[in-house]
Amino acid sequence: MAFLALDNLTKSFGSHVAVDRLTLGVEKGEFVSLLGPSGCGKTTTLQMIAGFVEPSGGAITLEGRNLLTVKPAKRGLGIVFQSYALFPHMTVAQNVSFGLEMQGVAAAERTKRVGETLDLVGLGQFAGRFPRQLSGGQQQRVALARALVIRPQILLLDEPLSNLDAKLREEMQIELRQIQRTVGTTTILVTHDQGEAMALSDRIVVMNKGHAEQIGPPHEAYERPATPFVASFLGKTNLVKGASVRPERISFAATGLAGTVKTRIFQGNHWLYQVDTADGLVTVIRQNTGEAMPEEGASVHLAWSAS
Amino acid sequence: MKTTPYLLSLPALLLFAGVVVIPLAMTVILTFHDWGQYKGIEPVFILKNWREVFGDPYYGEMFGRTFRIALIVTVLTALFGAPEAYILNRMKSPWRGIFLLVILGPLLISVVARTLGWALLFGGNSGLVNKTLMSLGLISGPLPFMFTETGMVVALVHVLMPYMVLSVWAALQRLDPQVENAAVALGAGSLTVLRRIVLPQAMPGILSGAVIVFALAASAFATPAIIGGRRLKVASTLVYDEFLNTLNWPLGAVVAVLLLAALAFIVIGANRLVERRYAQVFG
Repeated sequence: MAFLALDNLTKSFGSHVAVDRLTLGVEKGEFVSLLGPSGCGKTTTLQMIAGFVEPSGGAITLEGRNLLTVKPAKRGLGIVFQSYALFPHMTVAQNVSFGLEMQGVAAAERTKRVGETLDLVGLGQFAGRFPRQLSGGQQQRVALARALVIRPQILLLDEPLSNLDAKLREEMQIELRQIQRTVGTTTILVTHDQGEAMALSDRIVVMNKGHAEQIGPPHEAYERPATPFVASFLGKTNLVKGASVRPERISFAATGLAGTVKTRIFQGNHWLYQVDTADGLVTVIRQNTGEAMPEEGASVHLAWSAS
Repeated sequence: MKTTPYLLSLPALLLFAGVVVIPLAMTVILTFHDWGQYKGIEPVFILKNWREVFGDPYYGEMFGRTFRIALIVTVLTALFGAPEAYILNRMKSPWRGIFLLVILGPLLISVVARTLGWALLFGGNSGLVNKTLMSLGLISGPLPFMFTETGMVVALVHVLMPYMVLSVWAALQRLDPQVENAAVALGAGSLTVLRRIVLPQAMPGILSGAVIVFALAASAFATPAIIGGRRLKVASTLVYDEFLNTLNWPLGAVVAVLLLAALAFIVIGANRLVERRYAQVFG
């Protein structure tokens, strides 16, 4: 049996089914992402694991123990909230120390572990600051340190990077992955950002309307999407002659599907094309290698190898 | 230097000077004038009135009573108002609106009618509450209410409660609800969450509410006048009596100036303290 097992987990609000018989096993040390558009039930699932929302049906077990009978305060899970939810009236060190105090850890041990964890997230010298005095990225690290310091069995991340700007988000993704590898905590990430999910996870759960459309490694889900929803949600895709073809797999060739370039957009490291063909508009992505590329209005032929 | 902003604010400044600064300055000057039963007010410069107020223990006792009542009222409104605001904040509509109206209720009724209501409930042998309690055999004689400090405190707590509740409620509304969940997830029980997470964040609201309630309670007039009457005077009722009954305006002016100075000192001091303590934390 898996380390954390969700078995036919269901939550309905009135007639609306938010999570529909979700079954998922998470192995120890694994990084799993729940990915989907807003309203797909990913946050509700996380809140049921955390204990803030009571399931309507199904079971959650952690190492074979029933988790649903355990109060949220006793579950011992580390949670990073979207808003970070730091305690504004406490310093960084007090914030991180709070969970240890609740566990009754002795003062000397607390100080040691708070220091170690703040060093882990690179905030060693900010221990005496208040959250208000930190940047968004720093607050995010405090939230992470506060969740990790109690050595949780599972780390739950609720859209932790969505309030950061694009550049910082990318840096934090790399850092988050490194920290998770270092401490080895089983982690569940909730996100609507497919790039984030694919960059961080061992496996992703693509959710839509309360149920899992596909569960698998990011690469597999991207290359072999189980449903049209997964194909369209994970990156861009073209439906040509009934088959799903990724834009970056299509190249300009001497023969193949004929069309004219409708628009061409330069995006730095790649070109984004929309080509008018007999099968409708086809999106094509070509790496920018510095070579000359077809211009708008040019007649082209599209070729790809069937996957 | 640019003169336009000063010119533009001149009308407001003139009005402020006309209705606040000048009467206040005149009151201060009045404290140094002499007064006699038959000669009336004499515009001289003497310290007789100040000596009398500082020399006679009657005034010390009266000021002591005024600020004791204000302090007890402030503590009680905080004790009852803060939990009230917390419960109100957790209510869902339409209950929140209904109970907000209930809390604001006392402000919608004339202070005289409201205080007389208290007098009808508790006053003497014929008061409704006293009559009921006596007929049930719970008390042998009527509970004293009229002409007691307890009576004044109860009536003032009743009317000043809305200021505390609204002030705390405003602070609680800024709270991120996830913060409580975060504390729970870290293993905190509901009492710990209240004490360590909610209360410290509500504290600026409680303190600013306390400043308002204290100032209003120390300078309240109608409630002490009706319940305390002539027997149990506070600063404001004493000033009123000196001005309108004894006609010893200079003595009344000293008490009025002292009340104002003490209140200004306490309110400004408390505000400073709150700002210095919380500027860093809540920005």
